[in-house]
Amino acid sequence: MSNILHIVVCAGIVPDPLQTLEPVTTPTGPGLKNEMVLPAVLDPWAACALYEAAALAAKNPGSKLWLVSLGPKAKLQQVMMTVAQKVPFELVPIDGPIGGFPDAHSTATVLAETIAALSGLDKTKLLLFGGWESATRGAGITLELVGEHLGITDQFQGVDQIDLHDDGSFEVLERVEGGKHQVSVCSGAPAVLGWATGNLAEPRNNPQVGMNNMRTIMPALAKAKAAKLDLNGLSYISVSLPKQQRETRVVKDMTPDQIAAELVEWIGAE
Amino acid sequence: METILVLTHADENGSVLSKASLEAVTAGKELAARLSAPLTIGIVAKDAAAAAQALASTGARVLAISGEAFGQARYASDAAAVEALCRAAKATIILAPGSSRFTRVAAGVAHRLGGFIDTHITALGGTDTIEVTRWFYRQRVEAVISRSVRPWFLLLDAGTHAAFAGESQPVQIEQVAVELPALRTTVSGFRAPQQGQQTIRPDAKMLFVAGAGWTKKQPDGQVHVTEAGELILGFLHATGASLGSSKSLVDQGGEGEPVLPFLTHLNQIGQTGSTPRHAKGLSTCCHGEEPHVVGWRFIGDRRAISLDPNCGWTRGKADVVYVADAFPVIAKVNALLEAKKA
Repeated sequence: MSNILHIVVCAGIVPDPLQTLEPVTTPTGPGLKNEMVLPAVLDPWAACALYEAAALAAKNPGSKLWLVSLGPKAKLQQVMMTVAQKVPFELVPIDGPIGGFPDAHSTATVLAETIAALSGLDKTKLLLFGGWESATRGAGITLELVGEHLGITDQFQGVDQIDLHDDGSFEVLERVEGGKHQVSVCSGAPAVLGWATGNLAEPRNNPQVGMNNMRTIMPALAKAKAAKLDLNGLSYISVSLPKQQRETRVVKDMTPDQIAAELVEWIGAE
Repeated sequence: METILVLTHADENGSVLSKASLEAVTAGKELAARLSAPLTIGIVAKDAAAAAQALASTGARVLAISGEAFGQARYASDAAAVEALCRAAKATIILAPGSSRFTRVAAGVAHRLGGFIDTHITALGGTDTIEVTRWFYRQRVEAVISRSVRPWFLLLDAGTHAAFAGESQPVQIEQVAVELPALRTTVSGFRAPQQGQQTIRPDAKMLFVAGAGWTKKQPDGQVHVTEAGELILGFLHATGASLGSSKSLVDQGGEGEPVLPFLTHLNQIGQTGSTPRHAKGLSTCCHGEEPHVVGWRFIGDRRAISLDPNCGWTRGKADVVYVADAFPVIAKVNALLEAKKA
């Protein structure tokens, strides 16, 4: 027996992890140098949430999947050209600032208001997905705050697995300290699940899925509402790159035996 | 004037405060002393009276929430408990360990109290004000921030303060009543690798990082995944090190390539993994940014074994880079360590 789920995935966009980042001061506060031209990707942990959500929706016919994303429209469009080819979803874009320096509370408020206003969303069937932390601010609080705004009091963070049962209940594995998972059973939706990596590989690009998605993505982007984010009393005293640059000793002329001996001595040293 | 509340919780046994909680107590004591502010400590535990004994010498007011429901970490019950403690303490600054238990609920409680929260705090500074340090962009950009609004929740990263250690004795606690909402979630326990197979050891002195090179073709044109696995596990066994891996190595499992069977996403460090704290780190067969820049941010003494003498990610990040094949080096290291033990 399948359960009809309404899955909303919150996912931001972040600079490609391979890019060099340099903080700069802008008129609106700290930012990154050339931020708008840095190649961007869907936030990695949130992307895992999207793939898990799509797999769950596919297993439960009649389910619906929304992707709510806040960022500059132009960057969202660029990232969606790739993401749209992965899995089917309905994009709900919000035109707002990029980056990790805006306040998470403001972001959460905007996301919650947008989700609450989604046409056709049944909150009793809602599973709110996202990454447990972003690769920008990395605060790990936005999804939790959105959940509180929406009155959801079953929340799970660092999720690697969800097993949905026939009665609508589900078992969740959450990461806890020491390389373990906490195992919980929730009686059913609504719930918040902040995903870690999950267990699914990134889906291969599917042009057919991409074309179907893009039919709704482009009009949605055109209609995206603009959001302004308050700082809520947050002030940045300094923003800088870490200074420690190590003097690396490059050893090219030692045999494996010599390296091993040196390493054993190093391992044993207090 | 600020008033400070330190939130703590018991470990899995339910009657002893977790190490991360005791680290938060140290941070709270230091901050209270600097600001001449009153200090309250709140405990969430199955048996809070027993857990509170470790706090006898703090001189702080101790509030507690006890009971069977608080023996387990669950959003609904923990959020209710933390909210009740915060309302009872009426604090302006709330410090808490960035444990999985409090990370799950602290933002929600801040919202309920009309407050704000910042997480992953690595240092508390400032003179008359409170300025806190945290990282952005996965440990690539460091910032010092402050907030003018209260209450302000601050979740502290583990390992940034010494754990509070005082004489353990009975202490007077004030039990705080809490009304639980209907609980829709039951915690059934923990799932971990079998005894002896756990490769993630947060308290280990050393982090051993395995990169994707372990599963690539070797000079004989073959892959040697089984041998690689034995060498890595042999090293972990001999040194007690914790195992981290690069994203590319863990991802191989999902892409049908040869894999090291004991690796999971939990071992992953870097951009989409953890950023552990260990005194030493040894990276092997890694040729990417993740272990060297992001995953190694809080590793003290760093060495790497790499075939690429020009690897831009190790230069300036590691203290020593050995340009060598990790297979014979680690085999010899294991043999030497075994001989040393014998």
